[in-house]
Amino acid sequence: METLPTLWFIIIAFFWTGYLFLEGFDLGVGMLMRGFARNNTERRVLLNTVGPVWDGNEVWLVTAGAATFAAFPHWYASLFSALYLPLVFVLLALIFRAVAFEYRGKMDSDRWRNAWDWAIVLGSLVAAFGVGAMLALTTTGLPLNENGDRVGGPFAWFNGYAVLGGLAVVFFCIVHAAAFLALKTDGDIRTRARKLLLRWLPVALLPLALWAVAVVVAGGKSVTYVTLLLAVLGAAFAWMMARRERDGWSFGGLGVFLLAGTATIFTAVFPNVLPSTIDSAYNLTVTSASSSEYTLGVMSVIAAFGIPAVLVYQGYTYWVFRKRVSASSIPAAHAVVPQ
Amino acid sequence: MEALEIARWQFGVTTVYHFLMVPLTIGLGLTVAVMQTAWYRTGKDQYLRMTKFWGKLFLINFIMGVATGLVQEFQFGMAWSEYSRFVGDVFGAPLALESLLAFFVESIFLGLWIFGWGRLPKAIHLLSIWAASLATMGSAYFILAANSWMQHPVGVEMIDGRPVMVDIWAVLTNNTLLVAYPHTLFGAFSVAGGFLLGISWYHLWKRRRDGIDTVGPDGKVIVGSRPAIGRDAADHRVWLRSLRIGAVVAMVSFGGVALTGDLQSKLMFEQQPMKMAAAEAACHDGTGFSILSVGDLGSNDCDDLVAVVELPGLLSFLANGDFTTEIRGINSLLPEYQEKFGTHLPDNPIYGERAGTEIDYVPVMEVTYWGFRMMITFGMLAAGAALVALWIVRNGTVPQSKWLMRLAVFGILAPFGANSAGWIFTEMGRQPFVVAPNPDPNGIDNVFMFTAAAVSPGVSLAELVFSLAAFALVYGVLLVVEVKLLFAYCRGGVPSAMPELLHEDKDDDGDEGPGKRKDDDDVLAFAY
Repeated sequence: METLPTLWFIIIAFFWTGYLFLEGFDLGVGMLMRGFARNNTERRVLLNTVGPVWDGNEVWLVTAGAATFAAFPHWYASLFSALYLPLVFVLLALIFRAVAFEYRGKMDSDRWRNAWDWAIVLGSLVAAFGVGAMLALTTTGLPLNENGDRVGGPFAWFNGYAVLGGLAVVFFCIVHAAAFLALKTDGDIRTRARKLLLRWLPVALLPLALWAVAVVVAGGKSVTYVTLLLAVLGAAFAWMMARRERDGWSFGGLGVFLLAGTATIFTAVFPNVLPSTIDSAYNLTVTSASSSEYTLGVMSVIAAFGIPAVLVYQGYTYWVFRKRVSASSIPAAHAVVPQ
Repeated sequence: MEALEIARWQFGVTTVYHFLMVPLTIGLGLTVAVMQTAWYRTGKDQYLRMTKFWGKLFLINFIMGVATGLVQEFQFGMAWSEYSRFVGDVFGAPLALESLLAFFVESIFLGLWIFGWGRLPKAIHLLSIWAASLATMGSAYFILAANSWMQHPVGVEMIDGRPVMVDIWAVLTNNTLLVAYPHTLFGAFSVAGGFLLGISWYHLWKRRRDGIDTVGPDGKVIVGSRPAIGRDAADHRVWLRSLRIGAVVAMVSFGGVALTGDLQSKLMFEQQPMKMAAAEAACHDGTGFSILSVGDLGSNDCDDLVAVVELPGLLSFLANGDFTTEIRGINSLLPEYQEKFGTHLPDNPIYGERAGTEIDYVPVMEVTYWGFRMMITFGMLAAGAALVALWIVRNGTVPQSKWLMRLAVFGILAPFGANSAGWIFTEMGRQPFVVAPNPDPNGIDNVFMFTAAAVSPGVSLAELVFSLAAFALVYGVLLVVEVKLLFAYCRGGVPSAMPELLHEDKDDDGDEGPGKRKDDDDVLAFAY
């Protein structure tokens, strides 16, 4: 086993976990923009809880992708080309969502706001589902030939794991967002967010747990049973804390669940990064898919400096915008009138 | 149509579109940072207004660049998997560095800047726009490092048929990169310059049309004031100052673009002689720069072309700095390429159905010839117009002519056109290679890749057609929305970014009426 490819496998797993943890709640907040939020003021409260941070959260996805390209070009090439269509939808969803965040408040018109609201809801939903499907499939396998190319038509990737992974991330995002809103808002929204969390947490985490169990059983590594247990404990802790209205602790419990859950999944599939369902000889592994020692070495040096720096200044933003947002903190909308 | 062609169209469409937003982001970001610095240091109201107004337009544009940038990063793997496998060892690193060292900074500090007005200490708030702005330029550096490697591969060794990076420093100091980078930055600043100029002109013109500003008998402006609509004297200073900054930036950038472009073309004659021959539609060896060539460029047939107007010696000057060196034309380059890289694509499964077909080493001349000329023409037009504009506003305002105002506003498009044309020229001129061979005798042998080999073998034509249609549709709609929003905010003037300017008549002595928000509620300086 080689050290650097393994290190980069861990780093990429870390980027994905960071992405799901951070963008997890802003995707979930996006999905709650309709239905949960009852009027424009509540929608603006939701939007502004993630307003200053969502773009930074999304960079974790960009970095996960770019790091995969640099450290495991074969993994990147095979996974992204095999999942061509779903990724087109993920991209379109993320485009709409990003633009909607920025543009929604820039015109004072109900039609304008409605359209962007739906762009946020659907964009968040499709992006979360697509990312979930992609991660599930990279851990359970795709029909790849010797060269790493997809065999079969544009939908050859579609199977139960794709759905399971998609649902896992969507549901996780929703409860994660509920925990986040309980922590970041005040008043009626906070109460309703707590209720949502309490009622749905056990059910919502099931798909992710099922996915983890599936890869743990297939992988058969004893350590993964321990981390799996840890994930379950995290979820139970989150639920108990939610009952006691300890918002910070329940949010943290969900974090433990996610961290232990993704650690379980990635450890269980290691050293595979993308198995082939056609022939295990075609599996992409940390060694067969990786870049050269030199490239990984250079990247390691940069990451050793870059990742801590990101954590510091991203942490700083969360600290700056740590106050709760409530309906009374939302200023009146203003119309842009020609002079 | 083949999958390869659709994939190329898709890359072209999405990249050119992305690069409409990028130069404006880079150029405007720095301008706004400078304006805010001026406000920080002088405390003058007009600089605050400039920061807020141009900052708002910056954000409307920035988000489109972010959103469409995601596509760029994903589509290498999606549509160009063979390319990604072949170059991943060296090409992925600059992309990873970009997101880790630059894109994070850009996104996070911009969030701080947007929501930090009045919340952060002024110095830190100022620092955050500088961090974001410098990071956009850092992004550009890494992305151009990746692109320059495709134009001129360095820092690698061929191991098992793949280029493996052996020297990251060589990749990051590629001479192609060192000239492409300032060229691209100056190009971006010229976009921002034209943008400032055109919009400021419109506002100065509107102040005159509405009778707020008038011109005295000495030709000098008499500044009026109509505070109720935000049209006070400071408003005049905002537009006049912005216009002058824009014009100076546009002119300086053109100087920079021309100088670096000259260096770049000299390198290109060395590194990709065929690209420059095609830029000239030059079939035969010679020294003259074609001002106009007639014949059917589209046929890509050399015997069809005649240069009718030619500046003797200029081509040699562009390539070599003298007026006499013979610059090689297509006819003498072609046999050399064919000898080195073959006349037909090898019988390798990587080429799919294209294996064994003849290789066309001459880029599409219609595109390279006109792309090169459009780039230069649009650039010169913009700089010339900026000079004229600067002279026209010497007395403090613009003429009442509606026609001139329209020209100034439409002029915003010229630097955009120059940027797009330049990129289309240099990317199309690299064909049929996606990674152009490095001709340096001391360089690396055989590091090149035909575009025909780069596309994803597993992705079907139907998928590509669908995605191209979907991106084109969505991008089209979003462009309309962005332009509509930019227009609305431009028309609204400074109050569109500072609504408080319109409420100055209201008493503001801190009475706690029922509608008033308490200080405690003020957790958001800027709310979506």
